[in-house]
Amino acid sequence: MEKLMLLGDEALAQGALDAGISGFYGYPGTPSTEIIEYVQRSKQAITDKVHRTWSSNEKTAMESALGMSYTGKRAMVTMKHVGLNVAADPFMNSAMTGAHGGLLITVADDPSMHSSQNEQDSRFYGRFAMIPVLEPSNQQECYDMAFYGFELSEKYHIPVMIRLTTRLSHSRSGVVRRNSLPQKPCNKPEDIFQFMLLPAVARKKYKNLINLQERFVEESTQSPFNEYYLDAKDYSKGLITTGLAYNYLREVYGDAPIPYPVLKICQYPLPASKIHELYNKCESLYFFEEGMPIVEEQIKGLGFSGMKPIHGRLDGTLDRDGELNPNKVAKALGLPSKYGKDVPEIVAGRPPALCVGCPHADSYLALNEAIKEYGRGHVFSDIGCYTLGFMPPYNAINSCVDMGASITMAKGAADSGHFPAIAVIGDSTFTHSGMTGLMDCIYDKSNVVIVILDNSTTGMTGGQDYTAFGRLEEICLGLGVEKDHIRTFFPFVKNHEEMIRIYKEEIAYEGVSVIIPRRECVQTLKKKNKREA
Amino acid sequence: MKKDIILAGVGGQGILTIATILGHAALNRGWQLKQAEVHGMSQRGGDVQSHLRLSDKDIHSDLITMGDADMILSVEPMEALRYLPYLAADGWIITNSKPFVNIPNYPNPEDVYTEISKTTNHLLFDADQIAKDIKATRSMNIVVLGAAIKHLGFSEQEIADSISAIFSRKGEAIVEANLKALKAGIALS
Repeated sequence: MEKLMLLGDEALAQGALDAGISGFYGYPGTPSTEIIEYVQRSKQAITDKVHRTWSSNEKTAMESALGMSYTGKRAMVTMKHVGLNVAADPFMNSAMTGAHGGLLITVADDPSMHSSQNEQDSRFYGRFAMIPVLEPSNQQECYDMAFYGFELSEKYHIPVMIRLTTRLSHSRSGVVRRNSLPQKPCNKPEDIFQFMLLPAVARKKYKNLINLQERFVEESTQSPFNEYYLDAKDYSKGLITTGLAYNYLREVYGDAPIPYPVLKICQYPLPASKIHELYNKCESLYFFEEGMPIVEEQIKGLGFSGMKPIHGRLDGTLDRDGELNPNKVAKALGLPSKYGKDVPEIVAGRPPALCVGCPHADSYLALNEAIKEYGRGHVFSDIGCYTLGFMPPYNAINSCVDMGASITMAKGAADSGHFPAIAVIGDSTFTHSGMTGLMDCIYDKSNVVIVILDNSTTGMTGGQDYTAFGRLEEICLGLGVEKDHIRTFFPFVKNHEEMIRIYKEEIAYEGVSVIIPRRECVQTLKKKNKREA
Repeated sequence: MKKDIILAGVGGQGILTIATILGHAALNRGWQLKQAEVHGMSQRGGDVQSHLRLSDKDIHSDLITMGDADMILSVEPMEALRYLPYLAADGWIITNSKPFVNIPNYPNPEDVYTEISKTTNHLLFDADQIAKDIKATRSMNIVVLGAAIKHLGFSEQEIADSISAIFSRKGEAIVEANLKALKAGIALS
């Protein structure tokens, strides 16, 4: 069968396509974005009419995928780890309703925060919702787990989480394809109570979910993705790896066999009996997890006396935070650690920055000028390229917390008398989570200035469409912003004075103002010009 | 046979194209490949790197072990130095010497060159100028690649075939410019 060179994200997408999926739903977020981008480019997806447009946010995406599963078809929702916080309500409840058609919830975590606000580990959510979690260790497993995950989901009528991490999402390797399966027919769930979480029904469903746990453990224990190498030369250490940590362990020993027994865990809930077996055989246990020490904590618990030594992130054998690599694994095992030479002192940091010609830069320079008299500390911002406005030479913003928080934090500050209270949010972020906050402002007549930086794309993740494109003024008007206080301008050096004037006028207005600086992202413009050339 | 290569540069300088070409050539040999890329925020003018691993045997880790890299292949001189902890004692630094200055505290280029020349095996050349001289300004990255292929054990023909395959849909002129850049790079090694 054909072999493709795919990113982990792409391998999962191709696997789902070949497994007969009918729809992908998601909102862009590093490192998950390439799943849906791949599907949008796929001729197979176009021919098979697989749903592949972006959703407004992770919550709407999760619910849409659940709706598709309701009809008996296979569906996937994709998001980054913090996106699952947004989708947490439908996510937790989808464990209660269960799935009809196979439902895969793909969450890509970002340990080391390459492009994120935190490094939360989605396996906690999987455990919280009490659903099976699959964590591929390589690109081929990403592909294979799409098939396996849909089958598991349909066998138990349960959503299955697929947890990816940055290094797998964004690393490319060879993937062997299988014969593709047809899509499932559209049919209603047989059980009319299945998606009906009225308390009386929900209580029964919860008991059912609890009863399934034992079966899920059996599935994990027999999973082809969990491998148990319990016979070894040396029982002084027993090693447990999760996800791609297994690769680092193999790498460390090179061509030599690993002297200790090893459990490679890629499916949860944990295969408890195997861990017992390892514990009984070995003098100590070592945990290698890409992410937070969730397995280590479960085994170590409160660390009762007489327990054999357990090593990992909790006792400092491995760093408590950040992603793993072969060097960290070698050091933890007491193997000689390799290292080249130190980075010379002259090497300066090169942080990411707004692109040359970026419209946000012009918007910020004018805003700084307009609010100079108030000093720093008045601009609440949000998640996107424009967060880079915190850096010199702009030093323009003072917060970045979660999608949409700029508007509501500015509101809270305004409510306590902070003046001026300014929110700076991107057009796509506003679509994702800004509108409800704006309604709060309007309801309370809060004294805020909301700047929606419109670069006509979801810029940070590489330029994706968003659902409110071209309709920002209509939306603000519809939500109740007064027409005279919806202002737009073209952010450009020669409009500097005009921009300052508009900012100042709206700061002076006591009430809700929306200012929309609108100029296309230079990156998407460049791409567009290249395509047309 | 195993080749671990750190590709280095600044977002937008074309290191992923180098990775694609080397990867293509390795696959033509029937080799295995793993290539860890950087996507997201760091791509906005920040430092970027890719771990490219080629081998005729199975490859486990997506990341290269520190102290194990056979080569740092860089399109920017200071960026080459950022990954020194990865370079094996007998490894090569092959890098463009033309600084990409988008930060206020960029060091004196002469100091950067001094640091690079402390490495036993290194090749330092102005790939921007060479590309300009042969009228292939946009193929600076291919000049850098050309300088490296001998040390990676690839023949000119293998890489030329991959360049032709990868760039063919962009037209004959672009293929020719890149093949010229490849030759100019090879002449440096």
